Amino acid sequence: MIRFENVSKVYARGARPALDQVSVDVERGEFVFLVGASGSGKSTFLSLVLREQRPTRGHVYVAGRDVANLSAWRVPTLRRQLGVVFQDFRLLQNKTVHENVAFALQVIGKPRHAIRDTVPEVLDMVGLAGKGKRMPTELSGGEQQRAAIARAIVNRPQILLADEPTGNLDPTTSLGIMRLLDRINRTGTTVVMATHDDEIVNEMRRRVVELSDGVVVRDEARGGYGEREAILPDVGASPVLDSPGSGTRAPVQTVRGV
Amino acid sequence: MRFQFVLGEVFSGLRRNTTMVVAVVLVTFVSLTFVGAAALLQAQISKLKDDWYDLVEVSVFLCPEGSVAPTCAGGEATDAQVDAVRQIIDTELTDEVSKVYFESKEQAFEAFSERYPDGYQGTQLTADDMQASLRLKLSDAEQFAVVSDVLSGRDGVEIVEDQRAVFEPLFRTLNVATLLAAGLAGVMLLAAVLLITTTIRLSAVSRRKETEIMRLVGASNLFIQLPFLLEGALAAVLGSLLAGGGLWLAVRFMVSDWLERSVDWVAYVSEVDVLRVAPLLVIMAVALAALSSFFTLNRYTRI
Ligand SMILES: Nc1ncnc2c1ncn2[C@@H]1O[C@H](COP(=O)(O)OP(=O)(O)OP(=O)(O)O)[C@@H](O)[C@H]1O
Ligand SMILES: [Mg+2]
Repeated sequence: MIRFENVSKVYARGARPALDQVSVDVERGEFVFLVGASGSGKSTFLSLVLREQRPTRGHVYVAGRDVANLSAWRVPTLRRQLGVVFQDFRLLQNKTVHENVAFALQVIGKPRHAIRDTVPEVLDMVGLAGKGKRMPTELSGGEQQRAAIARAIVNRPQILLADEPTGNLDPTTSLGIMRLLDRINRTGTTVVMATHDDEIVNEMRRRVVELSDGVVVRDEARGGYGEREAILPDVGASPVLDSPGSGTRAPVQTVRGV
Repeated sequence: MRFQFVLGEVFSGLRRNTTMVVAVVLVTFVSLTFVGAAALLQAQISKLKDDWYDLVEVSVFLCPEGSVAPTCAGGEATDAQVDAVRQIIDTELTDEVSKVYFESKEQAFEAFSERYPDGYQGTQLTADDMQASLRLKLSDAEQFAVVSDVLSGRDGVEIVEDQRAVFEPLFRTLNVATLLAAGLAGVMLLAAVLLITTTIRLSAVSRRKETEIMRLVGASNLFIQLPFLLEGALAAVLGSLLAGGGLWLAVRFMVSDWLERSVDWVAYVSEVDVLRVAPLLVIMAVALAALSSFFTLNRYTRI
């Protein structure tokens, strides 16, 4: 469904590559977690799938098509097969939930009766039945993310990309969102989710692809989040935290799976 | 539904950017009024030419007694010389000249007396003070130079005169006015393009979130850009309609109602001419908007 072949992405000439020789193959119907420290290239990975960016080297295939060489006027066709959700929901604040979801269909020219039928169904599916008339500001964070997910899947995409969808939510709400994504995945939709949420990853036990400085360092079929780097460097007994040299991280030994 | 949706976007955009839209309307209004004024001036000139050039002729003045012109060394033009000139006209200038007639001194005096029955500025002239001439009606008034070339310098011809020359100062004035109007129109049109560009850009920025989502869900480029295009085009077309209306009113009240009544022997531009110019103004407005959009849209609403 998604295949990266030796993909490198360098944003600015001379800069360190955001992705470096990445090769990943995601099958139809899979659920993949994309994990890694901040700046490791997770969002870049997703934007290459969306063709918001083009790879500097290598090939990205989405649903059998070479995305990098897709001509501009075909990009909309590609994106209609993809759904995306973000950490910040990106709902239009001046539209109701219903209008937000309908918007995604309107702008690709779906007929009105189709919109009238599908939008309530999808709202129902994501657990927002009866909340279609609310404005985004009248929803909780979890509900807003459900609305965003509804918008992403209303056109029945084959692939759902999620960039830290639970990043702004508390653990309980996050769990609800994960159940929803899991349910969507079980209907046959391929889901790729970038996340920092170790609890979720450990709980779900799905395929985990870990990036580190743009390199795939782990690709595990039923993996866990892996070890976190210490938030504060272990400075031992040193009484002065910001003494010279304390900023350099102690090398962390993590056990990498296959 | 697509159409309705786009229209809805257009009007919400227009509402959000009211001041800018009003500015675009006004600037296109003023600039296209100048364009229209220039066009109408040209129409007026061609009307006058049509009207007046039919009345005027080329006069081939024949040598009078005592002329100092070198071709008149033999004194007053003889019948033989006149015949020779007529011969040349008949053979070499058949295409250019449609009619020739000879005006004798007596006929010239008659015409003169008719025009000035009380004598010209107090002098009393006789037929002998007049000059015989060949009057040529040209099939195309613009061919004067050819005719003049052929006939000047022939024996017995003192001078070849184009009566059109009388109108030249007026036409020159009208042409200068046209240039002025066109120049101002050019400057204003530039301002209009810049303003439309800015308006589209502002509109695009204020709807960045919408366009961002449209891009992500796979709306086509045309669909994303159409509202902006239409917004600019609508404002510009409104301006051009105002310009057409303004010109119509000006012609109706200043030319048809006033000028035509005070100086009635001149053919003036009429409302019909305005109606002929107005569609061009609308087309220009659309072109302006298209040009501005072309420069802006690809930068601000790219896939
Ligand atoms: N549009 C861009 N232009 C230039 N550099 C960029 C751009 N987007 C990302 N980068 C750089 O690419 C690298 C990878 O960024 P990316 O956003 O993919 O990381 P990430 O894994 O999503 O991080 P986070 O977990 O914080 O979201 C970073 O060094 C970042 O600075
Ligand atoms: Mg990111």
